[in-house]
Amino acid sequence: MINVMLPVPLRRLAGIDEAAVALEVEAPITQRRVLDALEDRYPMLIGTTRDRSSKRRRAYVRFFACGEDFSDADPDDALPTAVANGDEPYLIVGALSGG
Amino acid sequence: MSAVRLLVGTKKGGFVLTSANRQKWSIDGPHFGGWEIFHMTGSPADPNRLYASQASDWFGQVMQRSDDGGKTWATVSNAFDYQGEVGTHQWYDGSQKPWEFKKVWHLEPSLDDPDTVYAGVEDAALFKTTDGGHSWHELPGLREHGSGPDWLPGAGGMCLHTILMDPQRSDRITIAISAAGVFRSEDAGKTWTPSNKGLFSEHNPNPTAEVGHCVHRLAQHPSQPDVLFMQKHWDVMRSDDAGATWHEISGNLPSDFGFPIAVHAHEPETVYVVPIKSDSEHYPPDGKLRVYRSREGGNEWQALTRGLPQEHCYVNVLRDAMAVDQADPCGVYFGTTGGQVYGSNDEGDSWQAIAPHLPAVLSVEVQMLA
Repeated sequence: MINVMLPVPLRRLAGIDEAAVALEVEAPITQRRVLDALEDRYPMLIGTTRDRSSKRRRAYVRFFACGEDFSDADPDDALPTAVANGDEPYLIVGALSGG
Repeated sequence: MSAVRLLVGTKKGGFVLTSANRQKWSIDGPHFGGWEIFHMTGSPADPNRLYASQASDWFGQVMQRSDDGGKTWATVSNAFDYQGEVGTHQWYDGSQKPWEFKKVWHLEPSLDDPDTVYAGVEDAALFKTTDGGHSWHELPGLREHGSGPDWLPGAGGMCLHTILMDPQRSDRITIAISAAGVFRSEDAGKTWTPSNKGLFSEHNPNPTAEVGHCVHRLAQHPSQPDVLFMQKHWDVMRSDDAGATWHEISGNLPSDFGFPIAVHAHEPETVYVVPIKSDSEHYPPDGKLRVYRSREGGNEWQALTRGLPQEHCYVNVLRDAMAVDQADPCGVYFGTTGGQVYGSNDEGDSWQAIAPHLPAVLSVEVQMLA
């Protein structure tokens, strides 16, 4: 299972109580597959982390895992093994923007 | 008297205000706390059917629908895809930029079908749903009118913010875009005609150009839909021929800059505006928050001040943040960027702050409940 941590606004939008959701994702584990699985489970999140059509990441959304920034990584590259094993979460983060 | 429900969209959520007597109000919310609720409105055909445009710079556009008057909400489709050739419009520096969807500014439910709603979006285009928001399709004739390369964004973006449905001619739709101007369709949105003759805009190389005018808001009374009132970037205007020609009615206003304009529910020649000092000073002249009312269809305006702050007030009132109810006497409501919602239950003669401490108000709509 892949553990995905969501920012509070998206958790509220999707009606998720926990900080992380566990998703069944078919290998190889890539960002695209994780986000596809997330949107399959929670269709109200379609368009909130990436553009509906182009799948381009929204400008104020960042993707982190294992202490690394994957925001600009190829969405079809494999995520770290620790994420694929479920040992480390995949983090969707709202960019810091404000005071 | 019927109960009154106000739907208030703010920078940090939506609020539902209700009153049985227009004196004591209850406040429910925030709904969608932390998100911008650009517009929240109800169907004239079913007051319990509400729609809300929920937006965020971080997470984009979300569309919400309620079937129980705002007690519960569910997301509907947020797919607003331009049809056909996307084309380009003018950018602030005069260069051309491709159309790109950003957010829904205004929702206009059909007069007789709760599942049918028009949506005005940024970058400017008109969309429609006929299935209660589960799918949206563009009416591309507007964007493809041919004048698109001359449309440009106002300070808030290139938004389609006003949609007027003609209650006497079901195929007539009038819309306004900042900064393109007014367009009218006589065939339910298939084809469009610019309706800006008589407007004068100094920011244009040609101030009387067919398009490129920063229209802030339109209003009409259902009993005389050929009469339109306009708050433009500068100038308050009137048309007596459904937008074919316009003439100025700013008259004795202390400033003819402003955003909202509204028409009295029962008096089609009674109009309300909120003058703002200037395009770079978005606050009331002299620090006095004054609604101005004309009972003559313009030109002669009376300041309405009782109950409104008359010193050190530097808030703005945005274009979608004023509404009138259908009660007798007519109620008038507006919200400010300082987070106050003011209401009048006597046609504007006096006001009370019915919600004094909300986030910055983006929109105000009013419903009469049975």
